[in-house]
Amino acid sequence: MWAYVGRRLLLAIPTLLGASIIVFAMVHLAPGDPMSAVMPVDASQADIEAARRMYGFDQPLPVQYLRWLGRVAQGDLGASIATRRPVLQDVYAALKNSLVLALSASVLSFGIGIALGLFAAFQRGRALDKLMSAVAIVGVSVPHYWAGIILIIIFSVQLNWLPAMGAAAEDGVLEYLKHMALPTIALALIPLGVLTRVVRSAALDILAQEFVLALRAKGLGRAMVFAHVVKNSAPQILTVLGLQFGFALGGSVLVETVFSWPGTGYLMNLAIFQRDLPLLQGIILVLATFFVVLNLAVDLAQTLVDPRIARH
Amino acid sequence: MRRLETVVASLFALLAFAGPAGAQGTLRIGMTASDIPYSGGQPDNGFEGFRFVGYQIYEPLIAWDLTRSDRPAALVPGLAESWEVRKADPTKWVFKLRRNVKFHDGSPFTADAVVFTWESIKKKDAPHFDTYGSAQVIPRLASLKAMKKLDDHTVEIETNTPTSFVPYQVCYMMIVSPVQWQKFKDWRKFADQPSGTGPFRLTKLVPRERLELEAFKEYWNPSRRPKVDKAIFLPMPEPTTRLAALRSGQVDWIEVPPPDAIPQLKAAGFQIVMNTYPHNWTHTLRLDKEPWNNKLVRKAANYAIDRVGICKSLLNDTCAPASGITYKGHPWYGTPKETYEYNPTKAKELLRQAGFDGASKRPVKAVHLISTSGSGQMLPLPMNELVQKNLKEVGIDIDLQPVEWNALTQRFRVGFTGENAGMNAWNISFNFQEPWSAFGRFFHSKSVVPASLNTMPYINPEVDKLLDEAAQAFDIGRQNEILAKLHEIVVDDAPWIFIVHDLNPRAMSARVKGFVPPQSWFVDLTSVSVGK
Repeated sequence: MWAYVGRRLLLAIPTLLGASIIVFAMVHLAPGDPMSAVMPVDASQADIEAARRMYGFDQPLPVQYLRWLGRVAQGDLGASIATRRPVLQDVYAALKNSLVLALSASVLSFGIGIALGLFAAFQRGRALDKLMSAVAIVGVSVPHYWAGIILIIIFSVQLNWLPAMGAAAEDGVLEYLKHMALPTIALALIPLGVLTRVVRSAALDILAQEFVLALRAKGLGRAMVFAHVVKNSAPQILTVLGLQFGFALGGSVLVETVFSWPGTGYLMNLAIFQRDLPLLQGIILVLATFFVVLNLAVDLAQTLVDPRIARH
Repeated sequence: MRRLETVVASLFALLAFAGPAGAQGTLRIGMTASDIPYSGGQPDNGFEGFRFVGYQIYEPLIAWDLTRSDRPAALVPGLAESWEVRKADPTKWVFKLRRNVKFHDGSPFTADAVVFTWESIKKKDAPHFDTYGSAQVIPRLASLKAMKKLDDHTVEIETNTPTSFVPYQVCYMMIVSPVQWQKFKDWRKFADQPSGTGPFRLTKLVPRERLELEAFKEYWNPSRRPKVDKAIFLPMPEPTTRLAALRSGQVDWIEVPPPDAIPQLKAAGFQIVMNTYPHNWTHTLRLDKEPWNNKLVRKAANYAIDRVGICKSLLNDTCAPASGITYKGHPWYGTPKETYEYNPTKAKELLRQAGFDGASKRPVKAVHLISTSGSGQMLPLPMNELVQKNLKEVGIDIDLQPVEWNALTQRFRVGFTGENAGMNAWNISFNFQEPWSAFGRFFHSKSVVPASLNTMPYINPEVDKLLDEAAQAFDIGRQNEILAKLHEIVVDDAPWIFIVHDLNPRAMSARVKGFVPPQSWFVDLTSVSVGK
């Protein structure tokens, strides 16, 4: 078990290296440069060159990359070009906000999605099943940034119930929760749809198996049959849960931007437009690490619920 | 575990009625910047950084008069009470400093602070050299060479060559407190707890989220003590976010509301505040290559643009037609011969004179680099499509090449070489706040890239001469006369397609009172109050 965990963790290193090289290369392939974002628009090329030398951006790319890597190996993610704040500090603050949002959206969507999915499976073919499936399809299909804008129009602009943007964490828990409400709903829509569908089909697969028939023939009550179905479909659902949580954390660029929610997605968006390479590299590295750990955690959880997986 | 509680409680919060929070005497502003501008002295984020951070927390030796709407903001004494150039040696200026001025940390403002600030910008080996702040402001202080203390309340500024433009540069240097810096010996930490002499002092800074300032009670100028207790600034780069934040009562004031939202904002009782200011939305033409090397063709393009149509149909009157670099009524406007109203017939006639007959085998073709968005760029895509359509109607065929804003600013600085070799113009908006940014950097032969921003390149010995003369005219009236004459020549040469001046729209809740929109990129927030 521990050897397995160790091997998986070692495998993470090439994954992370690969991710950082790709990001580094892509930012340099894209037109534009960090100095243009840092310097005033009316600075001349001569001013820019002087600043570039001052920052050490006149070095060849491989040298810049290796220097960055050397610092990361010592636990230093460097400083943002645009703000000179330590990247670690910025990414940490953003990650906290994203994590909170991803968790609340996951709790909301997992809870409702699993309930709806199981319900639909047990009601298979009836009107309620069709309704649940329709809900699921809407959840998967509606662009969540669009849904975010609609939520803002209804709850912020028209009803004035909830704030339209920001996090306001420094104004206390209540304010933070108010600011969290709309982005949470927007972010929960897709996983809600995905989960409803996955849970429904997973439960249906199990329901179609002979042992369920056997259980029923044995005279087990509905509740007990239900428990068996849930337990047997758990591994498949767990995988999806892990992936969806990962997406909620890393893939919320659009939702965070629509709501100016100061998380990693919003930060990444800013870093891309400002060509703020150290910051972008830092976010990607942290998020990639998070994904690796998350996948590992899901795999371990699966072996716990289904010992057959450990044998492979 | 606390996180889980937070999450669970959030679900209940959805049901809670949450009215907009608004403390009395607090002004909340939604900025267009994506981050809080640098607060360590010399601000970043362009003029928005100066507007909301620089000139609120700090002061320069010479300040802008932002109390009037009826004329372009003029220079007035700031931390210096008076200044004059030495008659015997016009490269030296003597500044008499204001007494009894205190920094936010309580230390007195003296000549030492001026020299300290100067060294933080210019002296690379000084322990207090601020690499980042320096990079921001150096381009704006190009003529200044040295600063030295004569006594506690007098400093001498030396320039590279004699130039009367010195006050227009000194106004961008924010004076920081050396005493406060000594506490940290680190600019990043100083930026979190900065100390200037301005009417507001920083109380809270949450990176990328909000900046809180409060009125500085011991501000030296009683007539400019802030009426509000607090001013809060929130970065909101997305126009729709700003709009939603204003309409939901999260802020009292937003910069640049989306133009198409203006009618509904007015209908909902919001104020729309506008004024002309030194902003120019233009196509800078390439003058060493067809088609724009022909003055007649350039004039034709200028007569082909329906500027009133652009402002009315696209921008809901948040801009004004431009017929030059500056606008009518500006001291540098003069009386140009060409007026560049919308006149397609005249445009076609000019093209015919130039040998380009609309139907003939010599079509006018050009490739213009434009941006998809960007600071001060207004609505670049639809505006440029209208420009393209107008030009097409008289027989000028331009191909628009949109690139992202960061890429455009980078490519523009290099000039029409390398990957720009196939281009004939760029669409970038400019300020013309002082003589250098209005004329010097674009139209002097010494400013040809990479030295400065004369990308066209525009070479006119007469204009060079006038620019040099203006730099020697230490009397501001005389200087304005020379610049007006220069402007007349440039308008006649038409090195740009002059299109519109932005009117700097701001939307505010009806509770915001007392704001005077100046003809400037900056604002005075001290006169503003927020009612119930």
